[in-house]
This record gives sequence, C-alpha cells and structure tokens, in this order.
Amino acid sequence: MRFLLDAEQRAFADSLDAMLTAADTPKAIREWSRGEHTSGRALWSRLADAGVFALAVPEAYEGLGPRPVELALAFVELGRHAVPGPLVETVTAAALVREPGPAKRLLPALACGESMATVAYEGSYALDGDLADVRLSLAPDGLRLAPGHEATRPSLDPARRLARLRPGGELLAVRPPVREALLWARLATAAQALGVGLALLERTVAYVGQRTQFGAPVGSFQAVKHRLADARIALEFARPLVLGAAVTMTPADVAAAKVSACEAAYATARTALQLHGAIGYTAEYDLSLWLTKARALRTAWGTPDECRADALGA
Amino acid sequence: MDLAVTQAEDAFRAEARAWLAAHVPPEPLPSLETAEGFAAHRAWEAELAADRWSAVNWPTEYGGRDCGLIRWLVFEEEYWAADAPGRVNQNGISLLAPTLLDHGTPEQCARVLPPMAAGETVWAQAWSEPEAGSDLASLRSRAVRAAGGWRLSGQKTWSSRAAFADRAFGLFRTDPDAPKAHQGLSYLMFDLRAPGVTVRPIGRLDGKPAFAELFLDEVFVPDEDLIGEPGAGWRIAMSTAANERGLTLRSPGRFLAAADRLRTLWQERGSPPQTRSRVADAVIGARAYQLFTYAAASRFLAGERLGPESSLNKVFWSELDIALHETALDLLGEEGERADTDWAERYVFSLAGPIYAGTNEIQRDIVAERLLGLPKGRR
Ligand SMILES: Cc1cc2nc3c(=O)[nH]c(=O)nc-3n(C[C@H](O)[C@H](O)[C@H](O)COP(=O)(O)OP(=O)(O)OC[C@H]3O[C@@H](n4cnc5c(N)ncnc54)[C@H](O)[C@@H]3O)c2cc1C
Repeated sequence: MRFLLDAEQRAFADSLDAMLTAADTPKAIREWSRGEHTSGRALWSRLADAGVFALAVPEAYEGLGPRPVELALAFVELGRHAVPGPLVETVTAAALVREPGPAKRLLPALACGESMATVAYEGSYALDGDLADVRLSLAPDGLRLAPGHEATRPSLDPARRLARLRPGGELLAVRPPVREALLWARLATAAQALGVGLALLERTVAYVGQRTQFGAPVGSFQAVKHRLADARIALEFARPLVLGAAVTMTPADVAAAKVSACEAAYATARTALQLHGAIGYTAEYDLSLWLTKARALRTAWGTPDECRADALGA
Repeated sequence: MDLAVTQAEDAFRAEARAWLAAHVPPEPLPSLETAEGFAAHRAWEAELAADRWSAVNWPTEYGGRDCGLIRWLVFEEEYWAADAPGRVNQNGISLLAPTLLDHGTPEQCARVLPPMAAGETVWAQAWSEPEAGSDLASLRSRAVRAAGGWRLSGQKTWSSRAAFADRAFGLFRTDPDAPKAHQGLSYLMFDLRAPGVTVRPIGRLDGKPAFAELFLDEVFVPDEDLIGEPGAGWRIAMSTAANERGLTLRSPGRFLAAADRLRTLWQERGSPPQTRSRVADAVIGARAYQLFTYAAASRFLAGERLGPESSLNKVFWSELDIALHETALDLLGEEGERADTDWAERYVFSLAGPIYAGTNEIQRDIVAERLLGLPKGRR
C-alpha cells in the first residue's frame, strides 16, 4: 500500500487553490446569499473549465470520469474557499443519470458547467432548488425530472437555499443507481467539510497569533493552543479517510469518511468561534461563511448517526 | 494514490499469517507485568526469533528480515489480528534498537541487537526521574568519568518492566556545568544486576509489580556502553522519542485488531443501538490511524523526514485506545468490573497512554507550536 498523492494530483489541487484564492470567493458567497448569482455563476464556469464537474461524468458523455480521488481533492479546495452552490448535488446528479437517453441529454451540460443540478428525495429539501437548471427527484417509482419547487426556506448557512421539489415530472429511470450516487454525494460532502475545517483552522491560527490580550498574543496561552492542536489532530486523521474512501468507494469507507470529516469540521467550527470571541459571532466577519457551512454539511447526505451505522455495516 | 498491495507484500502477509496460525499459544499467556508472565513472554520472544519474526524490519545480520516499513506494518496487522502475546521487549525493540541503528557503532549493534531479538536480554527504559518527568532535561542522575568508563549515581523511576528486565538505557548528566539543561547529557546502557543497582518494584494501578524505580550508587559502565558522543545524549534521545511516538511504538495493527474485537463483542451482546456510535467511532478511528500511518510510511520511504507530526499520532492513538476499552467494559456490564480478563488488562494499560511517551499536554504544545506555528508561551 503506497498511500501518496502523485505530482499531477497535487498540482491539480494547487491550481484550484490558486484560482479560488484570486477569485474573491467571500464576495461571491455574500452575493449568492442575497440571491444575486452572476459572480457565483462565473465562478462555476471557471470550476467547470478546470474540469471539476467532468470528474464525475463518464467519458462517453463528454466527461473525464469517473475519478473520485481527483474529485475529493477538488472538493477539499471548494470547501476551503467556501464556494457556494449545489456542488455536491451536481456531482450526485452526474452519478445518478445513467440511462443513455437522459444521460446524453443532461450530462454534457453538467460536465462543461452550462447547467447546475440539484437532487433530493421527493418531499425533502433540495439545495438551491430555486436556481438549479436540472432538478432531479428521487421518487418512490424512480428518478424524475421535477416540474418545479415549493417556496424557498433559509438555511442556517445563508449561502445555502432550501426548497422542496414538486412531485411528478418526467420519469428518467425506474431503477437509478441510488446507492452509487449516494457514495458520490457523501464523498464530495466529506471532502468539502474537510476543506471547510482546514480553512477554519488556518484562519483561527492566524487570528490568535495576532490578537493580543494581557500583553501577549492569545495564541501563546496553553488553553488556546490545546484546542487548536485538537482541531488539527481531528482534521489530519479525517484526511486519509476521505482519500482512502475515494480509492475504495465502499459504502463503509465513504460513510466513515463522511462522519469523521464532518465531525472534525464541526468541532473546528466550535473552536474557531470560541477563539475569535465576539467578532467570530458576527455575520460581517468572513469567518461566518465557513462556520455556518460546517453546521449544514454535518447533516447533509446522512447524519452522523446514519453514517456511523453504515460505517459498521449495521 | 494506491491502496493496493504488491504481490511481494501479499506473499509476506500469507507467510506471516501461516506462521502465526501455527505458533500463537492457544491460551493467552499470563500477564507480562507478573514474574510468571514475564518468563512466559520471554520464551515467546525466543520462539519468534527462532524463525526471525521478532524484529522483521531489522537488518538480517542482526536477526531481522530487512523487510522495510510497509511489510513491517503488514506483519503487525497479522500479529495483532492473530491475538499473539504482547511484546515484553518492546522498549528494546522499538526504542533502543532504532537508536543504536542510527547512532551506535557496528560493534554495539552486533553485541546488543541479536540477544535482544532473541529475548535473552530484555531492556528497560531509564529516562524519568522523581523530579524530572515532562521536564526531562532537568534530570539529575549523573555519570562521572572513571578508568575505562563511567560511574552512574542517582535515581530513575517509572521504568516499565524493570523489575524483571536485564538491562536498561537512559540519560545521565555528564557535564553539570553545561550552560543549558539539555546540554551535557549522555546516553548510556547499563546492567540492572550490576553492583550498586537497587531495583524496587512499584505496583501499577492494578497492583501488578513489573513497574520499578532504580537506585544507582556508583554503578560502573564500560566505555563501550556509551551511545554516541558524551554530551550528545539529548539529541539522540529526541530521535528515539520521535520513533517512540511516531511510526513504531504503536502500530495500527493493534488498534485494528482491538476495534475488531470490540465490534464482535458488541454483536455478541445483541448490537445494542445505544453503544453503536462509540463502537463505530472505534472502528473508524482504527481505520483512520491505519491510513494515516501508511501515508506517513510512504512519505518516509519517499525520503521525507518525519518530525513533529509524530505528536499528532500520540494523542490520537492514546485517546482512541481509552475510548475503545471503556466502550468494551461498558458493554460487558457486570463482567466489565472483573480484573482477570484480557479486556481489563488492556483497559488498565490504555489508561497510561496519555501519560507515557510524553504526556498529551506536551504533545499538544508541540502540535501547536511546531506544526501550527503558534507563539511559544510559558512552560
Ligand atoms: C505506564 C507508564 C509507563 C512508563 N514507562 C516509563 C519507562 O519505561 N521509562 C521511563 O523513563 N518513564 C516511563 N514512564 C514515565 C513517563 O514518561 C512520565 O510519567 C511522563 O513523562 C510524565 O512525567 P510525570 O509523570 O513526572 O508527570 P509531570 O511531568 O509531573 O506532569 C504532571 C501533569 O502536569 C502536566 N504538565 C507538566 N508540564 C506541563 C506543561 N508544560 N504544560 C501543560 N501541562 C504540563 C502533565 O501533562 C501531567 O498531566 C511511564 C509512565 C507510565 C504511566
């Protein structure tokens, strides 16, 4: 077992990081939260140009995939930069649409970033259901193209917009590969959460290094250091689970990755908030963009309890 | 990114599994923290060594198989999955041996390593002192120049298994005038039965007597038992400590096997839903530790030095170990109170994990300052 990224994989992650750092994602996130999607859409196209969505789309439908390891690496970067939109859902849709007719019609547009997709069980909230170009509904009788959506509800993460899908619509498949698609959903969510956690840690380390109280940087106090050390430990041990799950794509490994990455990110969010003090509790300060996402991802595509049960195969 | 094993690794795994299946004692040996158990474990080391399984990653000339780090990890997985006995010579094999291979002379390696591999010489670590625990560099035991060697005096404590061991390795102050506490220390090996050594057993938490303190009164050590240069002891010891906390002290195999046993226990008890999360966390934690270790080993083999990240390991496995064993005892209910079970023995041992090999508070400081770059604070 040689468990190392190769140079190409590292370069791919680095190039996404550089692109997103230059893109001023906090501004795009805040606009997205207000329902202004222009900058978010532009970012989406650039991600598509970099190949992010094509990784989940088979080559037969103008994709590069399936390549779960590269996808996981990409989603870590998307999380680190808190990119908004139905990212996980678009990838999940790509894994769900397999009937040649619908696949030919829908997948090339997802791969190249022309359209965004959302997916939900019929009657559940779909992320960005009001805005997605393709709304897939997992109905009792198969996969359907939803005819529309109900009123949107706010999420604890202002950058996420929730809307239930209307029942009915065109039947795309009677037996869609739901189990497989759920693996992609959970893997992408886990990787995104890991990225969110890494960003929260990085920002908090920088903050406590510069904020002084009692005449010393608060980061020199041991109680502060130890909380951050624990955050680092939790994230560093979630990372190999995420990458390992991308290699094996077994339900137990993917569930383990999801629960550990989301729990680590959420614990890091709690630490980040505490160590920032009051400024961390404000919507104005950018930290909030990651804090709220850590909470939302924790239960998206499987609660910690459900994922623990799946990790045990029980 | 590859989780596949090579054919050679697979063949090695199969060979180890077959050997263990044929040799692991059917009944667990008595606790190695007792005199009787110590003897039984020493005999087990000899049996391992006879077929060169006691230190598989050592060079062949010293009794190993020179199998490399990845196959060592594979061997450990098989070893613990086979529920083979604990390693009575662990301090020698995982602490002193790598120190000698890095800093000792060929003569020292040839003299010390083969009898260690065979269980003929069992080693104790003599680092801690009554006044020097976390602040190890403040230690006061001294080594004074004598004809052809050194004379050791002072007191060492918390020495695992020293009550029954043969020899010890430790740090001694050779230059009391050095400007800094961690300068002027030297690394020496000595005989626990030499004149001037008094070993006093200290019952550990469950009363078992293998733990000990050592009183040293002008104990003679020949020059050939000094490791490295006089005064270089701290640097050498820190490389040992990195081994201890890093790759080799706690192989993932132990936790994979323990988590597997826990899962089986949980299923035998009817898979109670209220403990499911804790069992899952143990299984997930063991897998995380396995993958983390293979990643670290791969980086090491690719030429990277492993530094302070070994402190991440130490905190992770020690907390995993306790949580796992607490869950097992809770599942056992009334039976969990018994002291004469394997679960109880392992639980008691797990409780010490956050204390030895550098306390978890000290490890968190290292993570915060050396990995995260936070400002140094008051110690
Ligand atoms: C089962 C077991 C086996 C052992 N085996 C060996 C052995 O074989 N050989 C050997 O040499 N030693 C051995 N030890 C000793 C072990 O290495 C020491 O116990 C350890 O280094 C801690 O030292 P101490 O016990 O003196 O605690 P202290 O250093 O007195 O610490 C007491 C408490 O204060 C905390 N503390 C101290 N300094 C700081 C700080 N700067 N910041 C925050 N917290 C701090 C510690 O973390 C700890 O919680 C063993 C210990 C145990 C429990």
